[in-house]
Amino acid sequence: MNSRIERLRQKSFEAQPSISIERALLETEYYKENSGKYSLPVLRAGFFRYLCEKKTLYIGEDELIVGERGPAPKAVPTFPELTCHSADDLRILDSRSMTSYHVRQEDITTYEKEVIPYWSGRSMRDRIFSKVPENWQRAYQAGLFTEFMEQRAPGHTVLDGSIYRCGMKDYQKRIKTKIEGLDYLGDPRASDKYEQLTAMDIACDAVVIFARRHADLALEMAAREGDAGRKKELERIAEICRWVPENAPRTFHEAVQMYWFVHLGTITELNGWDAMSPGHLDQHLRPFYEKEIAGGSLDRQAAKELLACLWIKVNNHTAPPKVGVTARESGTYNDFTQINLGGLLRDGGDGVSEVSYIALEVADELHLLQPQPSVHISARTPDRFLQAAARVIRKGHGYPSVFNTDMVIQEQVRAGKSVEDAREGGTSGCIETGAFGKEAYILTGYLNVPKILEITLNNGIDPLIGEKVGIETGAPGDFQSFEELYQAFSRQLEYVVDLKIMVNNYIERMYAKYSPAPFLSVVIDDCIEKGRDYYDGGPRYNTNYIQCCGIGTVTDSLSAIKTHVYEEGSLSWDELLQALAADFKNSEGLRLRLWNKTPFFGNDDDRADGLMQRIYESLFSTIDGKPNTKGTGYHINMLSTTCHVYFGKMLGATPNGRHAHLPASDGTSPSHGADRCGPTAVIKSLSKMDQVKSGGTLLNQRFLPSVLKTDADLEKLAGLIRTYFRLGGHHIQFNVVDTSTLRRAQENPEEYRNLLVRVAGYSDYFVDLDRDHQEEIISRTEQEMG
Amino acid sequence: MEADGIKGTIFAIKKYAIHDGPAIRTTVFLKGCPLRCWWCHNPEGIDGAVSLVWNADRCVGCGECLQACPEGALQLQENSVVRNENVCSGCLGCVSACPALAHEATGWRAGVDEVMTEIKKDIPFYDESGGGVTFSGGEPLQQPRFLLALLKECGRLGLHRAVDTSCFAEIETLQEVAEQCELFLVDLKHMDSDKHRLYTGVGNRKILENIAALAASGSAVRVRIPLIKGFNSDEVNIRRSGEFLTGLGTIDAVDLLPYHSAASAKYRKLGMEYKALQFAPIENSEVEACKTILQHMGLEVHLGG
Repeated sequence: MNSRIERLRQKSFEAQPSISIERALLETEYYKENSGKYSLPVLRAGFFRYLCEKKTLYIGEDELIVGERGPAPKAVPTFPELTCHSADDLRILDSRSMTSYHVRQEDITTYEKEVIPYWSGRSMRDRIFSKVPENWQRAYQAGLFTEFMEQRAPGHTVLDGSIYRCGMKDYQKRIKTKIEGLDYLGDPRASDKYEQLTAMDIACDAVVIFARRHADLALEMAAREGDAGRKKELERIAEICRWVPENAPRTFHEAVQMYWFVHLGTITELNGWDAMSPGHLDQHLRPFYEKEIAGGSLDRQAAKELLACLWIKVNNHTAPPKVGVTARESGTYNDFTQINLGGLLRDGGDGVSEVSYIALEVADELHLLQPQPSVHISARTPDRFLQAAARVIRKGHGYPSVFNTDMVIQEQVRAGKSVEDAREGGTSGCIETGAFGKEAYILTGYLNVPKILEITLNNGIDPLIGEKVGIETGAPGDFQSFEELYQAFSRQLEYVVDLKIMVNNYIERMYAKYSPAPFLSVVIDDCIEKGRDYYDGGPRYNTNYIQCCGIGTVTDSLSAIKTHVYEEGSLSWDELLQALAADFKNSEGLRLRLWNKTPFFGNDDDRADGLMQRIYESLFSTIDGKPNTKGTGYHINMLSTTCHVYFGKMLGATPNGRHAHLPASDGTSPSHGADRCGPTAVIKSLSKMDQVKSGGTLLNQRFLPSVLKTDADLEKLAGLIRTYFRLGGHHIQFNVVDTSTLRRAQENPEEYRNLLVRVAGYSDYFVDLDRDHQEEIISRTEQEMG
Repeated sequence: MEADGIKGTIFAIKKYAIHDGPAIRTTVFLKGCPLRCWWCHNPEGIDGAVSLVWNADRCVGCGECLQACPEGALQLQENSVVRNENVCSGCLGCVSACPALAHEATGWRAGVDEVMTEIKKDIPFYDESGGGVTFSGGEPLQQPRFLLALLKECGRLGLHRAVDTSCFAEIETLQEVAEQCELFLVDLKHMDSDKHRLYTGVGNRKILENIAALAASGSAVRVRIPLIKGFNSDEVNIRRSGEFLTGLGTIDAVDLLPYHSAASAKYRKLGMEYKALQFAPIENSEVEACKTILQHMGLEVHLGG
């Protein structure tokens, strides 16, 4: 890390997240003036251009890559057209102890006067909540599922390599050709397409204007700059911002700046979930790197410095603040930008290049919150790349996470994508699979599977609130066999999933109609081709995911009932239900029997793993292929991010001996402490899940640093990873930290500001997590084998 | 299967064992050992018989064990479960009844099939990493019939086999085992027989002769020296150890395993005296000094297992 990067890093690390109301004010102004004059796509594009013309610019000292969404690093705009924060929301954001955002009092006053009166009742969130049926509301409030789109736009988008080959000018040419070819006689959608394509054209202008304003500002700054070196840098920045994004980049520096302008454009236009990700950044930058290295216009150090600048830019962009249930289940500053390294090229060749190694070095040396690298390992990926990744894993930042390229490709081919598009795809967010640059793969929300079992055990009633949130499937005491219980569980599952999908489909149309994203649509194939918006089926592939949580908890709970109630007959339903209702008060013996004498998932024990397979199959058959609004369908995804902590809070005691309100199991990991036979047994259990039918699974493993001391240990870790992948695993990630370090960090947070830990499919600063999430990480089984 | 019916006593099957031979392995620990090394890390493996342990900190006082005991050998006395050893038949009823895992057996009788089932579960990991199976203890050669049956089964599956032994055994047994394994892991504890006897309970003559015989017959042997300050880390002993190893002609590497007192909790639990507590942890500088001496004698030295 050179001194420039050191300074930029420090500034980014120390910047406190704050709220900027500039975007909300400009938007309100624009809407008051223009709403009703244009079609919605054109109105959205017009506002985007207005924003690009007016918003405050920022070029910081030392910066080589420029552009911020807000007026300064970590100054986060609001998106009142989607969720209009109340004055109270803003005050809470300012004062809460965890993941707070500074809000100036005068801004709250202005917001109350200017923004809230206009958007109240008009925001997407207000409109959605005024329409959703009452049974959905009850299930939602009970914590049976979450809903992603109730306050952030659907997103989760990743780019392919086309922006490195096309400038906005080139996109506009394609748009123009499409508009000229519209068939108003034969195509009933021709005028809709015209509006959409026109909006895309305006959006292209908008980002070019935004870049040119940066060029002008850089020149002004250069004129005032006393330091000759910095003056030259600013002049160079001006040249670059005048070239990209209007034109395709020619150099490594231009390519990085190109990506950054497109990234900023998409997260300024709307606040799609999980920001935006560059996808296979190493593959995209490789031609520029190799050409310039050969030509002598770039050296390795300079390339590394530019990549570090991009890293810091991403880190400057804190997630938009959430409210309500979503704030409870997603307590993080992270807006997930995942950078895929390695993997395969579109033609099937090895994707690892020198840029992959440089990117790993950057991630390791900067150890920032964002972006987070993942390494993609196929059978043909060289071992030395996996070794390099393992050396970073050993540092204990919680990244890179490790993905099985071959499985990621198979999952996509199963879902109907071409093999080339699948290779160009990868993972984003935490572990979600998608075809980069060509797919809208929308996360719709998490499903609390253990909660579905809980309401099954209570005949459709949520025992925590005493209200009916499911359907009546009978009292468990009447189930003559485990089979009857399982059938009841399946029916509740079907009911809850249908309820969720019904509302999802409604919300999806709301976005398609009222909140199109013309800029995002420019950079995703085939929106221009189809003349359709990203939210309206424009992309080549359209997928909805429901993320199923708690498979460990629900498997172990069903295993406990099967073993003790039905097979051994040593436990009556009454006794069990009473103990659960009382959270095992006065029945610690029973709780321990359930906890210690039941076959659990994660121990390579077919009795439990067989049940897991059955539940997984039920989730798959209930969800997979259910139609969405784009003529395609829903798929399952097996990640929980941090939602298993929220879901656990909404869950009473469970038959696996888990106390009420403790976290449910995370991702596809075993329940906390249920895996007692070491990491190979966990992997064997996981490999019995037919992961190719999912859009991704998530396996957390916590290792003691002592297990990864030597290079030989790292080889064994690589052996473990390769074996998992050979057995069909999708993803694995590691926390390499011991419990005493985590406890010390809880006691002295100030000394551990830098301690990154793996939370879900991402890392977070341990001291920024609330106590529940901290305890959850500590309770993950420590693998200290060897 | 030929191995049908053969049973042995084991006290653990450890997966992802990464310090018991090459790559990722499963280690099977056979119970019973003729040595009494002060620093033994697996004290539960010393006694060849299965005994019962009661963990006070786990007990929730539910009394289920009292009801489960057919002999009435257990009594609840002031929050503590007391076992009358004269009455206890060792049926392990208390172990299966206890929900809290407070009653624990120090091992179990296992058939070859049962052990093989566990070993076979991790074959993909051995295949991928180049690992295999290690038999350790206790002293695995104390149960030769059981050990050989397991080794043969593993051999039939083409698994890499290592045997971790003190070499305190009859040479015929050792030779028979040598036919059925790819690698021996052997500890070299002390070159002075009296000192060896004092701290391990047996002299070293047989051990040294056996190591020499294995080396001479071409068996692969990986020698490890547990480095214990105040026992064997002095220059004289390290030099003599090096001379012994280089003199064998076929040994070119040695592992140094610095002693640590991690096993003390196990001794407490078993109610055994942990004599090694008097050994201070060895300093890095001293480990380095031992390493240098051995390196100068032409040996390749690895730290750790």
